[in-house]
Amino acid sequence: MEEIISERLVVSVSPHIRAKENVRVIMFDVLLSLSPALVASVILFGRQALLIVSVSIFFSVASEFLWQRMWRKKITVGDLSSVVTGMLLAFVLPPSSPLWMVAIGAFVAIILGKQLFGGLGYNPFNPALVARAVLLASWPVYMTTWTRPFDGVTTASPLGIVKMKLDQELPSYLQMFLGNRAGCLGEISVLALLVGAVYLLYKKQITWHIPASYIGTVGLVCILFKRDPLLNIMAGGLILGAFFMATDMVTSPLTRKGKLAFGVGCGLLTMLIRFTGGFPEGVCYSILIMNMLTPVIDKITEPKVFGS
Amino acid sequence: MKRLFSFKGGVHPSYFKELTSGQPLGRASLPKKVVIPLSQHTGKPARPVVKVGDEVKTGQLIGESDGFISLPVHSSLSGKVGDIKPWPHPLGIIVDSVIVESDGRDEWISDLPVHEDYFRLSPEEMRGIIKSAGIAGLGGAAFPTHVKLTPPENCEIDTVILNGCECEPYLTCDHRLMLEYPREILEGLKIIMQMVDADRGIVGVEANKSDAISILEREIRREPGIDLAVLKVKYPQGAEKHLVDAILRRKVPPGKLPFDVGVVVDNVGTAFAIRQAVKRGIPLVERAVTVTGSGVKQPQNLWVRLGTLLADVVSQCGGLVGNPEKIIAGGPMMGVAQYTLDVPLIKGTSGIVILSEAETPPEGDCIRCGKCIDVCPVNIMPTVIAQHVKHKDWASVRRYSPFDCMECGSCAYVCPAKIPLVQYIKWAKLEVKD
Repeated sequence: MEEIISERLVVSVSPHIRAKENVRVIMFDVLLSLSPALVASVILFGRQALLIVSVSIFFSVASEFLWQRMWRKKITVGDLSSVVTGMLLAFVLPPSSPLWMVAIGAFVAIILGKQLFGGLGYNPFNPALVARAVLLASWPVYMTTWTRPFDGVTTASPLGIVKMKLDQELPSYLQMFLGNRAGCLGEISVLALLVGAVYLLYKKQITWHIPASYIGTVGLVCILFKRDPLLNIMAGGLILGAFFMATDMVTSPLTRKGKLAFGVGCGLLTMLIRFTGGFPEGVCYSILIMNMLTPVIDKITEPKVFGS
Repeated sequence: MKRLFSFKGGVHPSYFKELTSGQPLGRASLPKKVVIPLSQHTGKPARPVVKVGDEVKTGQLIGESDGFISLPVHSSLSGKVGDIKPWPHPLGIIVDSVIVESDGRDEWISDLPVHEDYFRLSPEEMRGIIKSAGIAGLGGAAFPTHVKLTPPENCEIDTVILNGCECEPYLTCDHRLMLEYPREILEGLKIIMQMVDADRGIVGVEANKSDAISILEREIRREPGIDLAVLKVKYPQGAEKHLVDAILRRKVPPGKLPFDVGVVVDNVGTAFAIRQAVKRGIPLVERAVTVTGSGVKQPQNLWVRLGTLLADVVSQCGGLVGNPEKIIAGGPMMGVAQYTLDVPLIKGTSGIVILSEAETPPEGDCIRCGKCIDVCPVNIMPTVIAQHVKHKDWASVRRYSPFDCMECGSCAYVCPAKIPLVQYIKWAKLEVKD
């Protein structure tokens, strides 16, 4: 038996070819999809928006790097997931947030929301929303002070005006669509968010299931209970939440049916909180609560094996 | 001809078919020796009927079948039996093999049982012929064809599908066969239809083979009862259950076979071999194979005698480019990586894909993106199985249907964390023996 065994030959299990996409590519796609909203926030809120986003991203990446260095773990900041968390956290903060609060939020998002659980893939909750919830509980005044774009006048958010029946002018549908209204940095321009969402769907980094079921449920509940569906869909960070937060792959269900159930649950909880809860906005908490139910949803929505 | 939908799931790898699809099938020159494993098929190995020193002719029986689910093997050259001993096999095992040293004359056995009027043969006679000819599924699985074409008593077959999809990247030998031997392939289809008493025959071809589609369309026009089905280009469209689903919208239940829904599927190369055996009496001693990839100097399609060592086939194609990292017997999605070129080409070897660089990215943690679940053609959850395997939780593994996995590789192909999902599922199957 003549043997030519080359030491270079790799004898691994099939498949022997792989798609080019890796985690960094996915995260980069997400960052690209968030950039229209970033641009909108800078147009509407100027330098302050850029500062908040930069501080958030910097402290997210730094927290992850230092944590992994401290515990002698593999440094994974190159996969850009902490950059995405930083950006998303900035997007759910009001434009007048003090920068030290932003930095603390970033630290909380990465350490409490992600690294303590084992890092990317192991966290049960959306890290940016964990941080938002912690900040809201710790500094409620900063987290609920809204300023209008361009003139910086302090106003209530559109949903706040409705819920507290305030005597302030509601922005028009067009203003809400374009972004000329009070709210968090990344949630105000529906147009910018939708442009990014279309890109994300095209790149198949998210599927239609969660956004459709989330927004659809909200719309349906509004119609049933005679509230304004367009207002409820465009205000309060729903578009940001439905397309960019609820769809976070780590914390949402794996199965297609599961994603639909998840979206419906988010929609119902959001409306429940908006109608009967203490806060005018409900997106953040409803997603966090549904994150908790993701493992259960996965278990009960297994796909049917081919042919059975 | 009808334009069809496809099946749910699947992936779109880069195909690289243009490396070889434009060249006609060549003929490899005969090697100095062939190593013929007694097992080139699913089922019991053949038993040798020759001994060292015997003179043999091309096409002569050198191993007889052992039972119903077994096949004979024939010498693919004339010469002398040099040795009968264990030899490395492309599936990574060591198998008893008959080594025939060529006398250079390629003398065939005389009195090949020719049947010009094969329509007078009974299904039983035809099955006997294809078993004696040693025919196995040439698409890669190498299941004994006579067994596949012997459906159980209560099964009525109404349709025979010929698989001309060739969905694996790089491979083009089936494409060339359809271009160069369309009539023989259709004759093979008619023989199969007669064997299982089916009224309908369909040749399924992926849309990326438009020249083959035109030629087949022309030939099929004069054949009543035979249709052409054009399928969307997607891997693994050629998987038989998904071919049946895409063309007939019938879903074969898990654990069952296409005959349970009234269909049999055979590869176009198998149909060709069946025609050669039944009409011309020729046993299976050679096959068309695609030699391709960045690691071989002259990619091409060749007729190669079974038992030719891959080293001999590759040297016919100009030899290796530098020191390649991967040698695959089969296609890149489901083929078997080799540790040496001194393995023989066997009945199921449809391709020799040599890659300069092996893709061996480090395995990351699952990010729950769900892409493996989205692409899985059989609708199982590869990452869920893999996570349970990692934790050795075999009870949970069993729950998630690992045995329904056909190891097509779509999941591992798309995984952004580069988790070797197929490997975990193969492990699961070993641990959770049914």
